[in-house]
Amino acid sequence: MAQMTMIQAITDALRCELRDDENVLVFGEDVGVNGGVFRATEGLQKEFGVDRVFDTPLAESGIGGLAVGLSLTGFRSVPEIQFFGFVYEVMDSISGQLARYRYRTGNTFNMPVTIRSPFGGGVHTPEMHSDSLEGLMAQQPGLKVVIPSTPYDAKGLLISSIRDNDPVIFLEHLKLYRSVKEEVPEESYTIPLGKADVKREGKDLSIFAYGLMVHESLKAAQELEKEGYSVEVVDLRTVQPLDIETIIASVEKTNRAIVVQEAQKQAGIAANVVAEITERAILSLEAPVLRVAAPDTIYPFPQAENIWLPNYKDILETAKKVLTF
Amino acid sequence: MGEKFLNQFDPAATLESIENQFEMFQILNEEGKVVNEEAVPNLSDEELVELMSRMVYTRILDQRSISLNRQGRLGFYAPTAGQEASQLASHFALEKNDWILPGYRDVPQIVYHGLPLWKAFLFSRGHFVGNQIPEGVNVLPPQIIIGAQYVQAAGVALGIKKRGTADVAITYTGDGGSSQGDFYEGINFAGAFKAPAIFIVQNNQFAISTPRDVQTAAKTIAQKGIAAGIPSVLVDGMDPLAVYVATKDARDRAVRGEGPSLIETMCYRYGPHTMSGDDPTRYRTSDIDNEWAAKDPIVRFRIYLEGKGLWNEQKETEVIEQAKEEIKEAIKKADETPKQKVTDLISNMYEEKPFNLQEQYEIFEAKESK
Repeated sequence: MAQMTMIQAITDALRCELRDDENVLVFGEDVGVNGGVFRATEGLQKEFGVDRVFDTPLAESGIGGLAVGLSLTGFRSVPEIQFFGFVYEVMDSISGQLARYRYRTGNTFNMPVTIRSPFGGGVHTPEMHSDSLEGLMAQQPGLKVVIPSTPYDAKGLLISSIRDNDPVIFLEHLKLYRSVKEEVPEESYTIPLGKADVKREGKDLSIFAYGLMVHESLKAAQELEKEGYSVEVVDLRTVQPLDIETIIASVEKTNRAIVVQEAQKQAGIAANVVAEITERAILSLEAPVLRVAAPDTIYPFPQAENIWLPNYKDILETAKKVLTF
Repeated sequence: MGEKFLNQFDPAATLESIENQFEMFQILNEEGKVVNEEAVPNLSDEELVELMSRMVYTRILDQRSISLNRQGRLGFYAPTAGQEASQLASHFALEKNDWILPGYRDVPQIVYHGLPLWKAFLFSRGHFVGNQIPEGVNVLPPQIIIGAQYVQAAGVALGIKKRGTADVAITYTGDGGSSQGDFYEGINFAGAFKAPAIFIVQNNQFAISTPRDVQTAAKTIAQKGIAAGIPSVLVDGMDPLAVYVATKDARDRAVRGEGPSLIETMCYRYGPHTMSGDDPTRYRTSDIDNEWAAKDPIVRFRIYLEGKGLWNEQKETEVIEQAKEEIKEAIKKADETPKQKVTDLISNMYEEKPFNLQEQYEIFEAKESK
């Protein structure tokens, strides 16, 4: 098995699907000759030709519209939105159109589209490049929202997303593109959507997280172990729909939980996880379920980024509150 | 310095010279006389009669739809009278496998492309079965978001090009729609990909109440195609022959691999924007109404066909009676369709229900079985 970063695993997943399904198309801004601004599509145009891997004019709504139209003619589109902060430009194509066609047409037409896009903070980008907007997407019925935290998961989840017959928003954390390396099989494999993964087992506290925050949570769990606490870290992997079974089983085992998200605290995924836990497992709880999240401001200017973003110390602090409640 | 620049490149003069090239293409004038013999299309007598029949039928369908709406027997409805040539003569240039991406006023075209009329009525009533498109009928349900169909048409056309079939994607919006970002993105994408698309702007002069000259400084909407590098034409949208010829020409070029076209059809909607409370007397004068009524597409086509001995009162009565009968049948069929259930809607969200919808399905199944 080869050691791969997440970006390499993503390229590999795209390669597998381009190779195995002639209806798969990869397109977006600068994804062709340039291989994408983060090189996610490196070499793919050369390997599969300009008919299957192609650059589009610079207009996100147009890219979304292409995906709708190509679905109607039997293609399976994997468009890239260069940065997820640009999603506002394509909100109608995603939420008003892609997410609704199966419903609108009573199952006549479906949209097998996977929109890939980098997001997430900590890399000092200009404005609108780092926002965590998965909560917006998760509120739209008709979509699935997938966020991998490791190279292995990224490849398996991306292949599943592309094969899914409904639209998937596949969000790739910028800071994870090259910071983690692990063994990734070279052959094609899938990881089911809607399934969380217990990244670390424990019995005193459950931490639910996704994306970069999985790694911060694991770091916090290690620290807590030194203090004698056994902490479970659950990577949600798909934030819509949630894997209720795994979440509730974990809470029923540990009786205490916190939810970590990089996004602002208001509304969002963490609030949804807390709501599901209280609706379904309140009698298992020994303490309130607390959230670790960013403050409710617009994403900060880069100089304030490191204080604004939640990190393992914030997680530690909140975890202790719950553990000692 | 400024003077030298103006002598060499006068931007205002450049604009003016381009705008002035967009003269309105017409074959049949208001009196039903051929004013452009050379451009008369090669349509058989049967085809001419068929096109006239469709226009008359659609006028009746519009009248019946309005009265059904007033009786509370139809829901959302956007009147079509005045736009029959623009809608049906452009559709007449299409082939069976072409794709139609309609706006909400473009129900006649998708009905003539194969959507059963009773389904169109169900769409109006807000029943999803109306949007369940029969297999092999290449139409989408009417689009509600103004202009969204334009970017999707570029996508369908690109798909057609990749499949290598001799089909086109046609889409319709209005003068208001031509101000949307999606309008520009759609024509620009299709142009850049040289995709076989036909973009029609039915310029009926008012976007709800907003007059055409408030939409844009451009003298014509057709000229907007120039910026995207695609052939564009301004057509008399009350003249069925001109609309047909312009669309057929666009289709022929698209199928030959020459890319998309933009067609502006100058027309008018006689009725309100929709039947949901719009009152055109708030923004249109009877003078404008009368001016356009004199350009009526059915009147001029009737004169033309009567002159050729192809049409008479009896023929028209036959079409009207047939329309009334079929509309009655279609309403009956729409009435017979079982009421939609929330469980149906839940089942139409995804290929497989995720946990939340599964739970909600069970809740509504219990509610609906009571």
